[in-house]
Amino acid sequence: MKALAYRTPTVGPDSVPHREGLLSLWETAPGLKGFFATVDHKEIGLRYIVTAFIFLLLGGLEALVMRLQLAGPNRALLTPDQYNQLFSTHGMTMIFLYASPILSGFSNYLWPLLLGSRDMALPRVNALSYWIYLAAGIFMYVGFLGGNGPNDGWFNYVPYALKDYNPGMNQDFYALGMILLGISTTVGAANFIVTALRTKAPGMSINRMPLMIWGTLTANVANLLVIPAVSLDFFLLWMDRQFGTHFFDPGNAGQPLLWQHLFWIFGHPWVYAIVLPAMGMVSDGLPVFCRRPVVGYSLLALSTVATMILGFGVWVHHMFATGLPGMGLAFFSGASLVIVIPSAVAVFCWLATLLLGRPVVTTAFLYFSSMIILFVIGGVSGFMTASVPLDWQLTDTYFVVAHLHYVLIGINVFPVLGAVYFWFPKMTGRLLDERLGRWNFWLTFIGFNLAFLPMHLTGLWGMPRRVYTYADGMGWDTLNMITTVGSFVLALGILLFLVNVVKSLKAGALAGANPWDAPTLEWAVPSPPPPYNFSVIPTVASRHPLWEARLGEEGVHSSIDRGMLLDDGKEMIATTPLDGVPDMIMEMPEDSLAPLCLAVGTTVIFVGLLIKMWDISAVGGVITIAAIVAWLWPRRELREREPEPQRPAGEKGAVHG
Amino acid sequence: MAEVAEIALAAPRELPVGPIGRHGIGYWGVGTLVASEGVLFGYLLFAYYYTGAAAQHGWVLEQHPALKLALPDTILLLLSSVVAWIGERGILDRNTARALLGFGGAFVMGAVFVAIQFDEWAGKPFGLGTSSYSSLYFVTTGFHMAHVIIGLGVLAALFLWTALDYFSPRRQLAISAGVIYWHFVDVVWLFVFFTYYITPYLGFGT
Repeated sequence: MKALAYRTPTVGPDSVPHREGLLSLWETAPGLKGFFATVDHKEIGLRYIVTAFIFLLLGGLEALVMRLQLAGPNRALLTPDQYNQLFSTHGMTMIFLYASPILSGFSNYLWPLLLGSRDMALPRVNALSYWIYLAAGIFMYVGFLGGNGPNDGWFNYVPYALKDYNPGMNQDFYALGMILLGISTTVGAANFIVTALRTKAPGMSINRMPLMIWGTLTANVANLLVIPAVSLDFFLLWMDRQFGTHFFDPGNAGQPLLWQHLFWIFGHPWVYAIVLPAMGMVSDGLPVFCRRPVVGYSLLALSTVATMILGFGVWVHHMFATGLPGMGLAFFSGASLVIVIPSAVAVFCWLATLLLGRPVVTTAFLYFSSMIILFVIGGVSGFMTASVPLDWQLTDTYFVVAHLHYVLIGINVFPVLGAVYFWFPKMTGRLLDERLGRWNFWLTFIGFNLAFLPMHLTGLWGMPRRVYTYADGMGWDTLNMITTVGSFVLALGILLFLVNVVKSLKAGALAGANPWDAPTLEWAVPSPPPPYNFSVIPTVASRHPLWEARLGEEGVHSSIDRGMLLDDGKEMIATTPLDGVPDMIMEMPEDSLAPLCLAVGTTVIFVGLLIKMWDISAVGGVITIAAIVAWLWPRRELREREPEPQRPAGEKGAVHG
Repeated sequence: MAEVAEIALAAPRELPVGPIGRHGIGYWGVGTLVASEGVLFGYLLFAYYYTGAAAQHGWVLEQHPALKLALPDTILLLLSSVVAWIGERGILDRNTARALLGFGGAFVMGAVFVAIQFDEWAGKPFGLGTSSYSSLYFVTTGFHMAHVIIGLGVLAALFLWTALDYFSPRRQLAISAGVIYWHFVDVVWLFVFFTYYITPYLGFGT
């Protein structure tokens, strides 16, 4: 067979035989091999979501144990060392193993559906990203369960984290685990960027991308550029601990503050990376329940990008109390204050959408709209600590803990729970129960605010964070008890959520393709979507392809039922980054075990490094190299090489093919 | 201007199937890889300048790093980029011999660079654990060395695949992607070289 190098895609209508043909091309093989080899973005996305939720529950349990310890003064449920590991592991879990991966999960699942495409641009990279995430999570939890969890807080300052002060394996587990996790996040970020730029449906110019794409794309550009900072930071720490280097050791002209700079150069953009996609979810979800397009699409898109750009220049506001020169503090304080502007723009866009729409109150709506309130509270307390003198008063107190929980629970967990209520029907074909949903929402909302609103006061009254207990008579007893009660109410709400998921998976009302009558492309396909997503490639003429008729926009016609068929193989269309003009037919890879092998090999390397057995690392290295070579070997069916040898005589093709 | 969506339906254009020349998704993938690796070196150099700027006089352990080997070594590595490019041109001109010579030549030059670097390391009067300067020197050049060695693997693969006659001017994405990675490895060395070998002459950290 001579594969053609150029072809005009056939345009035609959707039909049953066409769908059957696509199914045979796109379906993952059943059984164990299919399980390990699948590159289907929906499968990978669900795995991400489920894994991240498990980590959310683990992190939540850790928090509850800490709240029991702190419920009253002088309690002895935990030893100081156990408490150190517990609060550090709680931070590590929530920030690294839940908050970002959960968003990757939703984006992995939803992006090709939102973009009118059939898979991510780099499906095998997608699988790799998940497997390494899973491996890194297990790696760090093996440490924790063996008594070797991180114990210097999630941002892990030196010199506490150096060997002299921390001789156990705790920091080695954390350092190597974080480098491993960084690989996952980085390759995932690369995939999101290429996918958003190259695989939008024909006609989906960047000013028609759903706002969730804007949020996730922006976040992942940041990830790509800042993850190396933290990976390097942890690598240098590990070198200092194991090989006697002096990066952070002031005794040998090292710089302890270098740790903080590299950490926060990563850490602050990261904070935006774990909220911007969630804000995108709200920007896309809220208008559906307000029954109108979002107000200020361009403003929201631009505020997302502006927040991120400013976010690169504010990291020192985590270091106001370290004795840096005043000029530097003034600059970073100013930059941190300026971020209020794009944030406020977003808030007013959402408020205007609420005001100008006719809200239909559902559980998803409650989660999305309550996020606005929580964002304002968390934003204002952040704005306060952007001021240097106030920060000197508040830093390392519970005020900061209250602030960061308003930001992370308010702008990540609440939108994510809303997103589950919103997209669960798409993923499973069944609706979540609304009655249980109300209980679930109000318990989480009341519990959360009960736990964290008084905590501002705890901080203002001087209680330092990260202490395992406190003396009585400090005026903190009642506040801490309220927080503990609130945290259990919040946990009860989460428990009801789980009950709802389990119950609705079996017995929820059938959803149909578009239960919310929503405007974007994911609602044009059946629930759950078939492996190939779209039987014909949609063409997009507006921001809300499914609402065009009722919005009465002149001459705007997206096409869902008729489009490029692309059924000559496992194919997708690539389009230009800005205008969405078709410019290539992509040949997509089949399911492959290479990503799993690569992830296993890499993990074995890290296990060897951890226990300093270099031959184990060498074995891992060999597996890794073999997996990479097999992965990258040019393949005929992907058109990476010529189907036949170019030289006339005597040449043999390779065994692989 | 007519809508992109309408044209896509009414008058679809003839499109390339799979990667043609450099035009392919994999090239974008390598672009993101290079961006991420590039900033990694940015952070390594940040660590150097930050630590050096805050340190006391005499932080740099060699006030005048010897350029006798390092400079020719640098030129050799940069020339290897040109040679790899000649290899890429060989593929585009259907000249397999030139392509093999290009990738093979770049490989040998890269390997010589690595050998000279090891020699350079062995000749240093300080070790990894002597001070923060020496730690930074060995880890930064070590990171670069690791990238060169990965690049050598890439060049070896390109050589092998070219010898197996996989490519044509049309289907050659792996070549362009591999060569761009090699260019990256070479260019980033310029920054490392300037930082560790030239700035002490300009007075930084001495």
